[in-house]
Amino acid sequence: MLADKDRIFTNLYGQHDWRLAGAKTRGDWDGTKDILAKGRDAIINEMKASGLRGRGGAGFSTGVKWSFMPKEVGARPHFLVVNADEGEPGTCKDREIIRHDPHKLIEGCLIAGFAVGAHAAYIYIRGEFFREAERLQTAIDEARAAGLLGANACGSGWDFEVYVHRGMGAYVCGEESALIESLEGKKGQPRLKPPFPAGVGLYGCPTTVNNVESIAVGPTIMRRGATWFSSFGRQNNSGTKLFCISGHVNKPCNVEESMSIPLKELIEKHAGGVRGGWDNLLAVIPGGSSVPMITKEICENVLMDFDALREVRSGLGTAAVIVMDKSTDVVRAITRLSKFYKHESCGQCTPCREGTGWMWRMMERLAEGNATIDEIALLEEVTKQVEGNTICALADAAAWPIQGLIRHFRPELERRVIARQSGGRAA
Amino acid sequence: MPKLTIDGREIEVAPGTTIIQAAEVLGIEIPRFCYHERLTIAGNCRMCLVEVEKAPKLVASCSMPVGEGMVVKTATPNVLKARRGVMELMLINHPLDCPICDQGGECDLQDQAVAFGRDRGRFAEAKHAVRQKDFGPLIKAEMTRCIHCTRCIRFSTEVAGVPQLGGIGRGEHMEIDTYVTKALESELSGNLIDLCPVGALTNKPYAFKARPWELKKTESIDALDALGSHIRIDARGAEVMRILPSNCDDLNEEWLGDKSRFSCDGLARQRLDQPYIRENGKLRPASWDEALALAASKLKGARPDQVAAIAGDLACAESMAALKDLLDGLGSPHRDCRQDGARLDPAVRAGYLFNATIAGIEQADALLLVGTNPRKEAPVLNARIRKRWLKGKFPVAAIGPKADLTYRVDHLGTSAALLDAIAKGTHPFAATLKAAQKPMLILGMGALRRQDGAQIQAAARGLAEACGLVKEGWNGFSVLHTAAARVGGLDLGFVPGAGGKDIHGILDGATKGEMAVVYLLGADEIDMSRLGKAFVIYQGHHGDAGAHRADLILPGAAYTEKNATYVNTEGRAQRTTLAVFPPGQAREDWKILRALSDALGKPLPYDSLSQVRARLAAINPVFGQPGKRVGAAWGAFGSPGAVADAALATAIDNYYMTDPIGRASPTMAVSVETFLAGAKPRTGTHG
Repeated sequence: MLADKDRIFTNLYGQHDWRLAGAKTRGDWDGTKDILAKGRDAIINEMKASGLRGRGGAGFSTGVKWSFMPKEVGARPHFLVVNADEGEPGTCKDREIIRHDPHKLIEGCLIAGFAVGAHAAYIYIRGEFFREAERLQTAIDEARAAGLLGANACGSGWDFEVYVHRGMGAYVCGEESALIESLEGKKGQPRLKPPFPAGVGLYGCPTTVNNVESIAVGPTIMRRGATWFSSFGRQNNSGTKLFCISGHVNKPCNVEESMSIPLKELIEKHAGGVRGGWDNLLAVIPGGSSVPMITKEICENVLMDFDALREVRSGLGTAAVIVMDKSTDVVRAITRLSKFYKHESCGQCTPCREGTGWMWRMMERLAEGNATIDEIALLEEVTKQVEGNTICALADAAAWPIQGLIRHFRPELERRVIARQSGGRAA
Repeated sequence: MPKLTIDGREIEVAPGTTIIQAAEVLGIEIPRFCYHERLTIAGNCRMCLVEVEKAPKLVASCSMPVGEGMVVKTATPNVLKARRGVMELMLINHPLDCPICDQGGECDLQDQAVAFGRDRGRFAEAKHAVRQKDFGPLIKAEMTRCIHCTRCIRFSTEVAGVPQLGGIGRGEHMEIDTYVTKALESELSGNLIDLCPVGALTNKPYAFKARPWELKKTESIDALDALGSHIRIDARGAEVMRILPSNCDDLNEEWLGDKSRFSCDGLARQRLDQPYIRENGKLRPASWDEALALAASKLKGARPDQVAAIAGDLACAESMAALKDLLDGLGSPHRDCRQDGARLDPAVRAGYLFNATIAGIEQADALLLVGTNPRKEAPVLNARIRKRWLKGKFPVAAIGPKADLTYRVDHLGTSAALLDAIAKGTHPFAATLKAAQKPMLILGMGALRRQDGAQIQAAARGLAEACGLVKEGWNGFSVLHTAAARVGGLDLGFVPGAGGKDIHGILDGATKGEMAVVYLLGADEIDMSRLGKAFVIYQGHHGDAGAHRADLILPGAAYTEKNATYVNTEGRAQRTTLAVFPPGQAREDWKILRALSDALGKPLPYDSLSQVRARLAAINPVFGQPGKRVGAAWGAFGSPGAVADAALATAIDNYYMTDPIGRASPTMAVSVETFLAGAKPRTGTHG
């Protein structure tokens, strides 16, 4: 279990003052000027050495991402964009950071912005986070008034501004290039890659897009060192991480833990255990709604990190652990997720536009047992037809939960079909 | 230059080329819906997926730039499986109503479904449908068939420059719509029909009329503006069913203006299909022998200087040459092909050509528009200007009426006197032109039709010379004609001979009763009331203004009904091809004149089309090189003199009805009603 002294988000639960004065007592904005004085390369190398993998879900090395930005700022300015459009069902870590520790994020923006050569950061915040946006803006204003942002930020000689932009409630705008489109005032639809944002991003300029958590842990990594950060978790999965545990647990919570903590330990220690005891566990969606679920047998031993979860054909995603006990209608649950993806598809690519609706409709019928056994195979085939063939990963995210369901709960699906055919109630 | 391998064949292409383009060079066809060479890349249909070695997923070949050493496979089992998957998904919400769809037979979706579709559907849910939409009188929208490739959105935003189409809603509820439910206000809207790979946007006037396999397709040249766009005439039996653009990179790329596309239904209406003679104020049908005899007797009965001829906007070079030879035989010098009254100097060819060439617009780096609205006068050319403008660093200024040309125009004013100011360098735009490597000036007919047109032409020449528009390897002085016949007429010398009267002189003379016979070769745009008591012979194909005034009507052929030569505004002689025969007793125009010369007893020395064309080439070698643009040497033209300070007007107010064909077309009539109704007073019942 992570020791209190090793926590980065020391005000995760909001017991302390979130404002600048309070943040400073917790160590924020301490020696920021000296960190910047180390120079761009030093910061990027430190981030690479820390092994921080992007906390938004894809798990790409943050330091490496920063290093993709052009070394010299040319005719086009560089931008830092922070993705605070936290829309993944089950995920609420960025919200807590912005609510209770906004200065970690803002200081992180300055360091990351400096490291990628940007003089401006845009924080694209989910529209529903209204109070959070207000608080974030207040914190920015405070930092600016204190000279921590603006011209010569923190006395470092680097000019830096942070702007907050509120989204309008589209899940797909959490995809980095759709977010950029939306930020530019266009319809939020993912862009084709290449070109990648590091080459052609916001307003056609080199841009780095990072998750809130990735940015917010930056200052602490710089202060305590890459070795400290990488001492947590397994090789290639280092660091501490915010986990959001929800669903059928006794104490749903957000908690900062070391990476690679066993899932069982995470649930038992921090969330008060599964409702009705561990043996009442049915399945867990370990990384936000987009990743396939895993069964109790897998949950017994699996570690919560990128590689371990990939080995069991799931993913860490945003580390939003959704726990389902045996009272759960697991088919209904996945049907609801299907409806969500159908609703949030941007409509650009054929497979996603058409496939998400098809999958959802089939799920609706399967939940009632109103289908044939063959259609389970058809559904699985459709998920494969959709997966990997689109511009962004929303189609994959729509396909995976269903694949997980079929992989682990096919007998349940078949039972409903047979029950219905024999005149009984399916669910 | 990156070298890559596609399906085991190596190719070296320019950097920035996409995989689909490289494959095209090798002749490997990759299926696609959203990708189009002349539009930006959307990459949303996902049909063009290919396998690239070392790539984790299949990649969209339309958007992936080639890389050194890339190994691409376009037909692996994985690729085919993905394409089948995409095709199935594309079809699940498609109505599959091919039997009642006008796209049937020329539908990309049909064709690809044959290659990648399943023989039966696996989709057991209810298909969704889209509310009926009204895109105006030209485009029929059946959006339930839409596959959301967004070609139409990209065309209207990028090429046409009217951002009135967009994708509304998201996911499966995404619909293509005009945001506020109105007709697409573009003169190029018809191209959406060609671009749409399915039957979502089809040709409204052509709806349910014919199937593509019933049509005889004839490659020809458009004659309804001065561009000479390449077209394909689709005819069934004796009727032209539709007109489509055909690819020509030098002229129209693959676009066509709405007038040229949609006024073809006018070809079947108001036609003159037999000779008529006016008796007691009424026209009565007559035989060719009778009509030609009457014409001959009138022409013989008049003094040579009492005979005049005016050629109209659709007259072909062959007929103008024959009429000119016929008049020469009679000894009359009074003739003019400038029926609109443009005071163009015919002496120097460079003075009336679009010297920069249409493709040359893309090289220009500054543009001055004088008395022209290219959007109305030549919409396809306007799209070319916009294309250049989109590339940036292209200042465009205009002298003349203010208009929305779909690109930013610095409106300098309306006074023609500004030409002198720029020529003298006192106007700031002179510096812009001088700084440019390839500056350009487009001089419109609106400027030349004025009383001081010849002076304006001279002033424009002065400006061109002063601001460096004419230099080694570049001539930016460009006259934009509005009539297909004009340059051909000028090249043939269908202008007053020695001591002859021009159009103004002919009309003045006729008003005063000095003209005994006026021969109108398809001339309908003149003030007929000024023809006085002259005996008017009208040779043409439509019962329009000229036929109404005529004392004798000789029925001719429209541009779709003859093998004829037109010279476009750049000076490119091009030949139309006969797609259908002229109706009834109507004949090809040069043949009518040849027959008339017989009746006059002075037969013209040509009996076949090739002999007429030999005669054309003898008059001007330009005609000997069909299809080739023949430039001209610079010289002194126009009449130097004072230019009046009056405001410049544009040549065309009503884009849809500039010629007898358009005026006879019901489609053009409803277009006028839809798109130009703003000019009409509205009452309370107009909704």
